[in-house]
Amino acid sequence: MPKHEITETELRGRVGKLLEEAHPDKVDQFTFRGKQFDHGLAWVHFPEGYGGLGISPGMQAVVMDELNRHAKTMYDDMAINAIGIGMCAPTVLTHGTQWMKDNLLRRIFTGEDIWCQLFSEPGAGSDVAGLATRAVREGDYWVLNGQKVWTSLAHVSKWGMLLARSNPDAPKHAGMSYFLLDMQSPGVEVRPLHQITGEAEFNEVFLNDVKIPADRVFGREGEGWKGAITTLMNERTAIGGAVSRPGGGAIGLLVDLWKSRDRKRFMPEAEIVLRDRVVRLYIESELLRMTVQRAKVARKAGNPGPEGSVAKLAQAELNKRIWECAMDVLGADSLTYEAGYERRRPNFKSRETRLALAKYQFLRARANSIEGGTSEVMRNILGERVLGLPGEPRSDKDVPWKDIPRSA
Amino acid sequence: MEVSFTSEHEELRQTVRKFMQKESTEQTVRNLMETERGYDARTWERMASELSLIGLAVPEKFGGAGYTAIELGIVMEEMGRELFCGPYLSTAVLATSALLRCADDAAKAKLLPPIASGKTIATLALAEESGRYDVGAIAMRATRDGANWRLDGVKNYVLDGHIADVVLVAARTDTGLGLFQVEGSAPNFSRASLPTLDLTRKLARLTFNGTPASLVSGNSDATSALEHVLGVGSAMLAVEQVGGSQRCLEMSTEYAKTRLQFGRPIGSFQAIKHKCADMLVETEFARSAAYHAVFCAAGSDENELKSASHMARSYCSEAYFHAAAENIQIHGGMGFTWEHPAHLYFKRARASSILFGDPIEHRQKLGALLNL
Repeated sequence: MPKHEITETELRGRVGKLLEEAHPDKVDQFTFRGKQFDHGLAWVHFPEGYGGLGISPGMQAVVMDELNRHAKTMYDDMAINAIGIGMCAPTVLTHGTQWMKDNLLRRIFTGEDIWCQLFSEPGAGSDVAGLATRAVREGDYWVLNGQKVWTSLAHVSKWGMLLARSNPDAPKHAGMSYFLLDMQSPGVEVRPLHQITGEAEFNEVFLNDVKIPADRVFGREGEGWKGAITTLMNERTAIGGAVSRPGGGAIGLLVDLWKSRDRKRFMPEAEIVLRDRVVRLYIESELLRMTVQRAKVARKAGNPGPEGSVAKLAQAELNKRIWECAMDVLGADSLTYEAGYERRRPNFKSRETRLALAKYQFLRARANSIEGGTSEVMRNILGERVLGLPGEPRSDKDVPWKDIPRSA
Repeated sequence: MEVSFTSEHEELRQTVRKFMQKESTEQTVRNLMETERGYDARTWERMASELSLIGLAVPEKFGGAGYTAIELGIVMEEMGRELFCGPYLSTAVLATSALLRCADDAAKAKLLPPIASGKTIATLALAEESGRYDVGAIAMRATRDGANWRLDGVKNYVLDGHIADVVLVAARTDTGLGLFQVEGSAPNFSRASLPTLDLTRKLARLTFNGTPASLVSGNSDATSALEHVLGVGSAMLAVEQVGGSQRCLEMSTEYAKTRLQFGRPIGSFQAIKHKCADMLVETEFARSAAYHAVFCAAGSDENELKSASHMARSYCSEAYFHAAAENIQIHGGMGFTWEHPAHLYFKRARASSILFGDPIEHRQKLGALLNL
């Protein structure tokens, strides 16, 4: 059937048929989402047969709306399989083999298989393309050795998408291949990585002589970077979309905290200075919101300006300052933290009070200017791509990867 | 409040930009800043007759173009880019807005048409010895003299006060705050231009000694009307600051691409590149703040205008000053010379951060509005 002929009404009709066949309030998650996939209503912009109908991604909202009207049970893709659905599925579709597309996509969507992404290494942070995990071809297998880090969900994942160096003699971007790793393979060891909050949101993954069948490669050998870009582009889209409501988000919590404090706790002169900081942060939060809003208007009008690129940098730096200010508002109360907070998996219950949340966010916010592009890398991007300033002279281009100096 | 400009707005921007690039060149600015009057009468006349810029926000029935604060803001931003020297903020923004808000129809009909046609330079005298642009800080008294009034005291830091044909003076009467019209040529009225740090914007000290004045605001208290005028003025000054800030960013970026040291453009060093990136972020935030304030000035929600103008004046003042200061630093020794224009922007940025209230004052007022 020609794809462009699917109207909104027809799409709603297709959702109706799905609900007749399987209703989320009556069957379990895997059954319902499996049927949703079979009807092409999982991600409508994917081709038919792969969970979609080959229509505009904007039409997914129609599907969600129709489901919302007729069912109490609503599934959140992010909660079910954040990385699998957000980043891996598009990569499987674009660079995966026929076998991968036929066998993996449906289970990503249902949540039967959780996925993770293995890019960063202890020696490859901002410079991911410098990574050192080695992949050596032995007969029908690739044998992998190395270490990955900051891997969310690795401890519950069935599959991982792993970038490794298959040719150390090629320049860095040209010598990588992109693998599909069965996380249960012998030699894969997942350890929780505890961050400064005491919690382990992420993992370290150690690879010791791990064997990957030769047909589990995305794209061609040596073209791993291309596939990785597909994955990373989808990460940026996932992070960059949100606009909060006025006075919402972190600043709302700081304002709440500020208003709730007993004024007698502050020296009067100190109160005035602190108040100035709270107002300043309020202003900047409002301006961040308005800037993201302006970016949306400009994009819609077809003139994307620099507004969008500034948001990630500004948000990270602002968020850190908001929680630093919150700690100053807490004064001596910021000296304490929940007992036994060292070394555990994320515990949302422990952040239910205003005070505890502020202290947690103060620690967690340090990562904002590191994860998803450090503030330094973001400033380079703004300087070079938006303002057109020249790049740094580079010592790692057009030389074999093995000759590039690396940290021990 | 969604900020979005139409294609007509963009056309106006391009027209004004071309005009400013031609008529407010660096050399023109330097010539004018060394004169006492501080502006070019022929350019002013052309701005009125050819482009209708002076009476842009004056209703058509009073001889103006009948546009809103949005169009006025576009003109202010473009003037800010080129450090335009002229009594625009005083005449086309403050005095016009004060008359529109406070004056009765007779006064509007008498005063607005010659403003719109460029024949009358007008200003608003609000701050006194303290220099505070705060309606609550006005202490000057007006006393009745038969059908007329007399003013005594000092108004200081008055924009273009030494050349204004009409000075609108805020002073207290028994029934509250009033707006008075004083002729520039009035008796018992002495005016001294101030030697200013920012040579491109002229200020004067006005001494009233039983100076005859006429009340233009009728019998009602003009406090909230004047607060509105300050809100509009703040939005306009903020968007002028955005124009200046953007220009500083462009000068810095351009220079960083072409200035070679250690065998490469200095913009390839992260130390310089990151300064430029921060200037970009701050200029974009300032733009969000100023545009929001300008659109609020064109709207009808007084509380929204108040908080928007406090936000804009707090943020834009600091962003412009930072951009102007970094512009000097990026230009190195050359940026410190009189010959280079960087100091003109630096001084404009510094002075405009104090006019209509400094950032601390605006944050304190916003804090009070938000019950923080």
